[in-house]
Amino acid sequence: MRPEAVAAMLPWLTEHHANPSGAHRPAREARRALDDAREIMAEVLGARPGEIVFTSGGTEADNLAVLGTADRHGGVLVCGATEHHAVLDPVVGRGGRVVGVGPDGVVDLDGLAAALDPDVTLVSVMLANNEVGTIQPLAAVADVVRTAAPAARLHTDAVQAVSWLDVAALAAPADLVSVSAHKFGGPKGVGVLVVRDGVDLAPRQIGGGQERERRGGTPNVAGIVAMAAAAEACVADRSTTVARVAALRDRLVDGLLAAIPGLLETGLEIGVDEPGATRRRGRVAGIGHLCIPGVESEALLFLLEQQEVYASAASSCASGAMEPSHVLAAMGVDRRLAFGSLRLSLGWSSTAADVDLALAVLPPAIDRLRQFAAPTPA
Amino acid sequence: MRVLVAMSGGVDSSVAAALLVEAGHDVTGVTMKLWGGASDTGCCSVADVDDARRVAQQLDVQHLVFNFGDDFMAHVVDPYVEAHQRGDTPNPCIECNRHLKFDRLLRRADALGFDAVATGHHARIVEHPDGSRRIARGADPDKDQSYVLYMLGADAQARVLLPVGTMLKADVRAEAARLGLRTADKPDSQDVCFITASGGGRRTFLGDRIALHPGRLVDRAGAEVGRVDAVELVTVGQRKGLGLAGGGEPRYAVDVDVPGRTVTVGQADELLGPSVVIADLVVAGPVTGPSDQLPAQLPGGLVAQCSAHGEPRPVSVAAGPAAGSLELTWTDGPQRRVARGQSVVLYAGEEVVAGGLVP
Repeated sequence: MRPEAVAAMLPWLTEHHANPSGAHRPAREARRALDDAREIMAEVLGARPGEIVFTSGGTEADNLAVLGTADRHGGVLVCGATEHHAVLDPVVGRGGRVVGVGPDGVVDLDGLAAALDPDVTLVSVMLANNEVGTIQPLAAVADVVRTAAPAARLHTDAVQAVSWLDVAALAAPADLVSVSAHKFGGPKGVGVLVVRDGVDLAPRQIGGGQERERRGGTPNVAGIVAMAAAAEACVADRSTTVARVAALRDRLVDGLLAAIPGLLETGLEIGVDEPGATRRRGRVAGIGHLCIPGVESEALLFLLEQQEVYASAASSCASGAMEPSHVLAAMGVDRRLAFGSLRLSLGWSSTAADVDLALAVLPPAIDRLRQFAAPTPA
Repeated sequence: MRVLVAMSGGVDSSVAAALLVEAGHDVTGVTMKLWGGASDTGCCSVADVDDARRVAQQLDVQHLVFNFGDDFMAHVVDPYVEAHQRGDTPNPCIECNRHLKFDRLLRRADALGFDAVATGHHARIVEHPDGSRRIARGADPDKDQSYVLYMLGADAQARVLLPVGTMLKADVRAEAARLGLRTADKPDSQDVCFITASGGGRRTFLGDRIALHPGRLVDRAGAEVGRVDAVELVTVGQRKGLGLAGGGEPRYAVDVDVPGRTVTVGQADELLGPSVVIADLVVAGPVTGPSDQLPAQLPGGLVAQCSAHGEPRPVSVAAGPAAGSLELTWTDGPQRRVARGQSVVLYAGEEVVAGGLVP
């Protein structure tokens, strides 16, 4: 967590215990903290305070947008194939339509237009992908939606975006916007769904009438206050952080591409044009994503953690086993290659020393695994 | 030693890990995710992975999960289904040991720098004065699993540890209880792990994957005596489920012809044969050369075992009809024929000297 968020949170864990819905003075103090946080989140997300609905995180926000729309308006739900499961699963579960993406992970706008008709009540396209970092052209998506499905609400999952992109501007065309605090230096278990004025949803949590009857339950005051502090800190230095982290990411990925034969940068055609930073323009700064032929990421992650480099591969299922990513499959990455995927995440606290360590540790680890993967002579 | 312990979430592998920790080894636990999604029944259920992880946490060792689902499908499940399609009776546990635990996992362990892989099998690996090793029966005669480990080659035997093989099962449970492991009272696993009764059993599992064909039951003279609704589900030696109950001598399936949609039935003595042929041989120790030279190199007084807990019977060994096969002749009288696809394992005393599949 960002230190600002920890500092903001602590008094609400140690000193202030009141429920903001109460009528006494401590309750009013909590209420004020909640109102302040709501204004900050509105500012950061380009919304009005009344449009901010606090949730328990990104999954709840996504579920509320998708299922809340389906339950209130019926109709057909549509989303992109690389959406987070918090969007994809409810859309598919309600018999919705899934639109493909190109090899770069960008949603196919012609395919989207073809999937839309006046029965469509919700279209969900994420602002930035959580695995490979692809930034979606949300304004162009909105144009297609407004033309082909004028009644549809546009939802964007901006969970991965807050640290790296000007969400207030880029998500402006969307009617519904999801974010999660832990992705920008806040605590886990708290997030926001922006619900624009006039957008009507069926609540998923009922009772108590909190959040203007859009989300019942006593608000997580400490978490919300910390989220707002993290968001403020994040936005205040976002442009410098993005430039610094993008440079670190580029040095890391370019260094690995130079050191490791056959390495593929996911969604990019390697060697097509030269300066790495330009090639990665369509990606958020904090993600480098690679596919490593001849290597299984399960094995690689173990070797990396022995040397205190913590990376990830695809998503994990309930047992903790790694499953091949649906995002890579949607981008047309071969299943076998997808088992050798590696996501390198950087954040506001990443340093040049972190990159140096990864550059030192990864090439020999990959080399070792490739030697062992080679067929042994009979 | 750096040891990777295969932890299924059962009591045997839990205690295996605990014993290795106690012996001072640098232990990492791993659960292989072979089958199934988030379901809580059958093989690799989330509950089993939870048990393995909690035991590892209690022992203060790392716990990994490896997804070998594609390998399990290619080497165990698909061949199991194909074997039934031919009318064979496969043993998927043996193929899982052959391809997953003692090949895929062992190779992964090598790549990750482990010195050994340990499992919770009830069997031992003994070393001879010439340095060669043999799989030997576990100390608990009721739980012995040496039969399903006959395929371990010299290379694997040198890198595998079987810490509970010297213990009685009751002592394994007592040790788990002493350490307060949550798996101490967990029931033993049984049957084919990827087929669950709640999922409709073998009939549903196979019926979802291959066409099941009705067939005729005929006697030795070829006269039809009944019908079965799926010839693929009939196993040589089977008596129940043929619809032939009541009246006269019990009758058994003595031959299964899937392409001909015919099951031949006969009396118990028609199931008996003087010998059994095995192929796809795995031979222990320093025995080498073509299969027709193998019998001379094997020790005398051998017994053969035809199922995991079958009764071992004395045999004499000769070269089989095809290259790479052996013919085992029962020396104490004819025995039940062994279905195609089953394994037969040869023992000299407590030790496995060879094994193979019935072709």
